[in-house]
Amino acid sequence: MPEVLKAPLVVEFPFTRSLGPVQSAFLTGLRERLVLGVRTSDGRTLVPPVEYDPVTAEEIRDLVEVAPTGTVTTWAWNHAPRRDQPLDTPFAWALVRLDGADTALLHALDAPGPDAVHTGMRVRVRWAGERTGAITDIACFEPYDDGPDAPDGRGRAEPATHTGEFDDPVTGIVATARLDYTYSPGRAQTAYINALAEHRNVGERCPSCRKVYVPPRGACPTCGLATSEQVEVGPGGTVTTFCIVNIKAKNLDIEVPYVYAHIALDGAGLALHGRIGGIPYDQVRMGLRVEPVWTEGARYPDHYRPTGEPDADYDTYRELL
Amino acid sequence: MSKEPVAVVGIGQTKHVAARRDVSIAGLVREAARRALDDAELTWADIDAVVIGKAPDFFEGVMMPELYLADALGAVGKPMLRVHTAGSVGGSTALVAANLVAASVHGTVLTLAFEKQSESNAMWGLSLPIPFQQPLLAGAGGFFAPHVRAYMRRSGAPDTVGSLVAYKDRRNALKNPYAHLHEHDITLEKVQASPMLWDPIRYSETCPSSDGACAMVLTDRAGAARAPRPPAWMLGGAMRSEPTLFAGKDAVSPQAGKDCAADVYRQAGIADPRRDIDAVEMYVPFSWYEPMWLENLGFAAEGEGWKLTEAGVTELDGDLPVNMSGGVLSTNPIGASGMIRFAEAALQVRGQAGEHQVERARKVLGHAYGGGSQFFSMWLVGSAPPDA
Repeated sequence: MPEVLKAPLVVEFPFTRSLGPVQSAFLTGLRERLVLGVRTSDGRTLVPPVEYDPVTAEEIRDLVEVAPTGTVTTWAWNHAPRRDQPLDTPFAWALVRLDGADTALLHALDAPGPDAVHTGMRVRVRWAGERTGAITDIACFEPYDDGPDAPDGRGRAEPATHTGEFDDPVTGIVATARLDYTYSPGRAQTAYINALAEHRNVGERCPSCRKVYVPPRGACPTCGLATSEQVEVGPGGTVTTFCIVNIKAKNLDIEVPYVYAHIALDGAGLALHGRIGGIPYDQVRMGLRVEPVWTEGARYPDHYRPTGEPDADYDTYRELL
Repeated sequence: MSKEPVAVVGIGQTKHVAARRDVSIAGLVREAARRALDDAELTWADIDAVVIGKAPDFFEGVMMPELYLADALGAVGKPMLRVHTAGSVGGSTALVAANLVAASVHGTVLTLAFEKQSESNAMWGLSLPIPFQQPLLAGAGGFFAPHVRAYMRRSGAPDTVGSLVAYKDRRNALKNPYAHLHEHDITLEKVQASPMLWDPIRYSETCPSSDGACAMVLTDRAGAARAPRPPAWMLGGAMRSEPTLFAGKDAVSPQAGKDCAADVYRQAGIADPRRDIDAVEMYVPFSWYEPMWLENLGFAAEGEGWKLTEAGVTELDGDLPVNMSGGVLSTNPIGASGMIRFAEAALQVRGQAGEHQVERARKVLGHAYGGGSQFFSMWLVGSAPPDA
């Protein structure tokens, strides 16, 4: 069996986030080098803060300022930092309970090695030089020697209330998300793509309903059976339906207007999708007979053009729209 | 053992807009949920479980909304489920919640769905650069436009029908304070003069991109007896799916849609939907889907749906009003859009639809679809309980 195709697929988008009042105060506070939490109805202080009380579900807006020092409650060593992580040298992921808080915040702890980290160790915030109102305004935590390891609750002054009001508050952030995949189209589509290199359209026939799938998926979705019998279809086909695209998409290098059509290649059990050229866009019609036009080095036909044959009768393609 | 009757006793939605920059996603869903609880005169403690839905993860980049939103929805210590069936998700989410009540698993369930489209870009989310595939299109409009042309060919409908739908829905939206688009100066001429985007679909015949959430409180017979306002009773509900593309697929009138409607009508004892159902709130993201779904749902014979639209039957004061709320054409927070259809059906039979209330609306169908006409979910609600 020929090797199955593989290629990287990167899915990346700069999602925006409207922060709402609590996260706005929290992130603006970081910009101003202070850490805010919320006070819940049962008197606990949550850092990072939440908008709604986890116990009563009521809205909470009572903000308090906690200390930039705290205690590691647990941690894991990161041997090999990855892209966009807080530090580019090995570090500890640590849960840090800041002095005055009842919950812990996840962040990076800069330490020379895992032997230098332990639960209960004292740490403090290392502020980033440039702060924008983001969690990265805390560059990381660093070891902080304020005496022998403290028992739980050490240095817990009652946190001071804070209005959460700032000049020029941060109200939104950009949260870029990125996923790195290795994509494979699978055995059936690999065979299809390899045949395209010879300008042939090769589909697969369902052993039960006898319909030919182009492109093939390796199985018939109607019968639920694997397909393997290869069948060459086309090269001619019929435009079964279409639209005229008048808006230019950012990710496509196609001049508008153009015709996007469903094309039933001769012998295929369903239509595939392609662009129609070689004819003014406003003269394309259902039933138009077309053939592929290949360009040098392209994987797919650049477009399909009229063959000059008489239009197909509607009844010959009405099931292939 | 017979099923427990399911009642809608609370409905809440946000004012749908292009961008709700004043609230987080949590704040947005909270607003709809709070309004649904207020409508039902219930508190968070009265809720036994929460069922939430949203559209594809790439639309906002929030991979586990049920995890993130538990606090905001009072779900801590309670079962919380997430449902996902593309654009139909608002409908299927409500049905999953309803089934929990019908099966007597829970007495009172909060269900909601949302989308904050301003935080992402749905066109991007639907057009990922898949290796080895030929990029030809971006977004949903170009995908659905060839199906609309196929419908026009098959039915012989005049070109103007799509604009009639858009003109009607945008006028209905003016009566709905929660609708996103309020085009006070809308005219049929303006719809017909709007630019062709994906011929045969014009700009004014497409849905907007909205931020919004919709929530409902569903409860059992005992809960309904305590409700402060008239409940809507679920008379039938069903979901069906089929592949997006397969040999023999009828994209104009998908078999899964027909089967789904038939199941709902069987449950509800509907012999003739055109006669027995008073109004329909259906998922019409592009105007031509109104006549297409009228046929798919059995309100008209094949090829005849456009005649109902053209004759004014589907107007707010017509014999079979369709999309009284202004529909998806006026409001489209994608994940919530299906639930807004279901909620509008319930509002109508409760007599709570305000200016867009249909008189004597006793049985109303709510409909949603999603993917490439792949997922269908529907419910029929009535002003009287199923055994009455």
